[in-house]
Amino acid sequence: MTHSAHIAERWLYPTDAGLYCEPGDFFIDPHLPTPRAVITHGHADHARAGHDAVLTTSETAAIMRLRYGPDAVGRFETVAYGETHRINGLDLKLVPAGHILGSAQVVLEYQGSRIAISGDYKRSPDPTCEAFEPINCDVFVTEATFALPVFRHEVAQKEIQRLLASLRLEPDRPHLVGVYGLGKCQRVIKLLREEGYDDPIWLHGALISLCDLYKDLGHDLGDLRVVDTEKPGGTAQGIIMCPPSALGDRWSRRFPDSVSAFASGWMRIRARARQRGVELPLVISDHADWPELIGTIRETGAAEIWVTHGRDDALVHQLSQMGVKAKALALVGFEDEAE
Amino acid sequence: MQRFANLVDSLAFTQSRNRKLSLLTDYFLTTSDPDRGWALAALTDGLPLRVPLRRILPEILADIVDPVLYHLSRDYVGDTAETVALLWPDRPEYQRDGARVTLDSVVTAFATAPNSSHAEILKGLLDALEPSSRFALLKLLGGAPRVGVSARLAKLALAQAFEQPVSEIEESWHAVDAPYLALFDWLNGDGPRPDPGGRPVFRPMMLAHPIEDEDRTKLDPDDLLAEWKWDGIRVQVAAQMGEVRLFSRTGDDISAGFPDIVTAFTGRNCILDGELLVVREDEVAPFNDLQQRLNRKTVSARMVRDYPAHIRLYDSLQIDEKDLRDLPLIERRKRLEHWHRAHPPLSTDLSPLVPFNTFDELTHLWQNTRAEGIEGLMLKRKDSPYLSGRPRGHWWKWKRAPLTLDCVLMYAQRGSGKRSSYYSDYTFGVWRDAPDDGAELVPVGKAYSGFTDAELLELDRFIRSNTTDRFGPVRAVSPKLVLEVAFDALQKSTRHKSGIAMRFPRIARIRWDKPVSEADTLSRAQSLLKAPSLDKRG
Repeated sequence: MTHSAHIAERWLYPTDAGLYCEPGDFFIDPHLPTPRAVITHGHADHARAGHDAVLTTSETAAIMRLRYGPDAVGRFETVAYGETHRINGLDLKLVPAGHILGSAQVVLEYQGSRIAISGDYKRSPDPTCEAFEPINCDVFVTEATFALPVFRHEVAQKEIQRLLASLRLEPDRPHLVGVYGLGKCQRVIKLLREEGYDDPIWLHGALISLCDLYKDLGHDLGDLRVVDTEKPGGTAQGIIMCPPSALGDRWSRRFPDSVSAFASGWMRIRARARQRGVELPLVISDHADWPELIGTIRETGAAEIWVTHGRDDALVHQLSQMGVKAKALALVGFEDEAE
Repeated sequence: MQRFANLVDSLAFTQSRNRKLSLLTDYFLTTSDPDRGWALAALTDGLPLRVPLRRILPEILADIVDPVLYHLSRDYVGDTAETVALLWPDRPEYQRDGARVTLDSVVTAFATAPNSSHAEILKGLLDALEPSSRFALLKLLGGAPRVGVSARLAKLALAQAFEQPVSEIEESWHAVDAPYLALFDWLNGDGPRPDPGGRPVFRPMMLAHPIEDEDRTKLDPDDLLAEWKWDGIRVQVAAQMGEVRLFSRTGDDISAGFPDIVTAFTGRNCILDGELLVVREDEVAPFNDLQQRLNRKTVSARMVRDYPAHIRLYDSLQIDEKDLRDLPLIERRKRLEHWHRAHPPLSTDLSPLVPFNTFDELTHLWQNTRAEGIEGLMLKRKDSPYLSGRPRGHWWKWKRAPLTLDCVLMYAQRGSGKRSSYYSDYTFGVWRDAPDDGAELVPVGKAYSGFTDAELLELDRFIRSNTTDRFGPVRAVSPKLVLEVAFDALQKSTRHKSGIAMRFPRIARIRWDKPVSEADTLSRAQSLLKAPSLDKRG
């Protein structure tokens, strides 16, 4: 073990509540309420309510206020990307992670060693958020959601073209697209717009408020309409976005002859798509795939890699084959399905 | 290859039969020869290729992927072909050649090269293809794409695409080998209908209707022949010019799994209709035994010995080159008996006629079928010609009355396709002990039919408001509802916790009125276990 990495273990380590930074006296993405939390991004398994103080990007703060109400967190302290923040001799910076709007890596520097905590991240372009910025560091703390060599995501644009091709082929069948409400939804909408789809896009009620927030934060999503809750189907047609749980649930019955699509990295695996009865699996992910994980780890130049959640066994094995020190932190509370 | 891969993908993710049909139709109309013929073969009988993937894959994977990562991936994906297709490195510099890979080039490459170079060929192909084509390729070579397409469905698609009667397609099908060039020429109007000539081909089968009360009042017993309905599977055995083929009801060629039957008929010249059974010392074994022999591409000598196949013959379509299908049944029967008496093949006998004079007599016989381990009765008009499909007014099946058990609904699973938003698959159980002893329920079966759409809505509502736990698409339901389940038979099973398995279970009635404490017990269920077959009539 290198000297810096060895030292790092003494001031950043896993606890029951989550990853804890001792000199800064804060937790990163804790899953229990804490006095002070640094939050990488707004997904529910990373950003939880009940902390006394939260330090994060202004976008993530806006997302948390929207999701949990104005009083769910004692006080927000927001920092811009790249701005250095000094706490008890420790330097903290938030750097774009490319995962969703407002997502950040947490870069910590203390007594000469630098640790970057990735949160969730991806390297492929996303029109709704800033691109991941690789950080040269001693220890890189990475996610591993898709850490198996079978996971190589498609180019998102190509998947969107498949969706549009299917719609052209069967224009009379509404296309229900299951998407995670924060991030994936807005990314898919924006990609559709970039591909020239200008028709109204219909939304399940649960997706409205986050889309509105994206619009408020300056992301034009075009003509969005809400699926009428009263009438079966109503006037909705073409592309209809809904949470994955609504696919094949009672809500979807109002579209009796629909094509069910699901935009997720898990759709790479046929059994996953079949399990959900998905007719049009779209491999669009907001997480790094296997080559991105390996490539990013190399790019950081880190002598040691800590793996937070996902398929850590495969990644740790691969890194040890590459001669990189790696260990699984086995943090609890992160959801495999957060896609 | 890409077109075939797209077809395989679409078929795999499509539930609706009609949509599958239109995908196939579209493919056959827009793909050129010989690729569409190879695709047809791949989806039905399999390609005439033997590439030992089991041996080759580990060999070529060794250079490609770390074994630990491979096993973690294989465990996660659950399918070897898919795992390899996904983790094979993308090589853009080779993939430019991918468009040139056709099904025909794949078949030719493997068929003409020595076995020793198969690994190299496969490697080259995997390099040239993108993931979904790699998957299709591996499934193709593995012999079973498993995309829910039967030979029957493929024939229907051809019939639809080229507007020809499906019966003519079925007859011509086995007259030519893959890639069926002459078949497609004929379908395109560019050639004559392929003549099966001397080769054994499938003739569309004649099927029976379930008998209704009104049929019995209209029919005259003098016009009918009665036979026992055997508990096996319907087959057609076709033997000609030293070749023997065994076909299932849908025209799938299942000869490879039944070398014992093939041997018995080798050298004969006939097309016969009968029931495939496992028979030991003149006794019909339970259906379970036959099941051991089904769906196998190859079969070991041990299997053949332990589960000896047998055909109980009941009709003849062709004997010694003479097509008998236009003759009345009674005449065909006479010729079958004569032929069989003259030189009976091993592993065959005739399904005996059941003598009767009145319907009352027949009813009496029918009532005893269950006790005798027989599935029911078949009634056939003596003057019926052998027609394809399920023509009305000729043949009837009179299945023995179902058994029923009052079971308690335990789990419900979402259906698929149109039913994906409904909990439509039900697992139900009976009490292990008397219900008042604080007994537990033990699952005895699963059913997804027998109820109306209105009842499905009610069941769905009941399940959603009585859920106690969720496991993915499955919900555990609090034990409150009794389902009267009808089924054809109970069999011993080591795969089920209850030790029994139901055949053809369906929901007969929803007993909203019945307290769960009055549902049946496991010991009552066990009392219905199929008695060992008593029949030695054969």
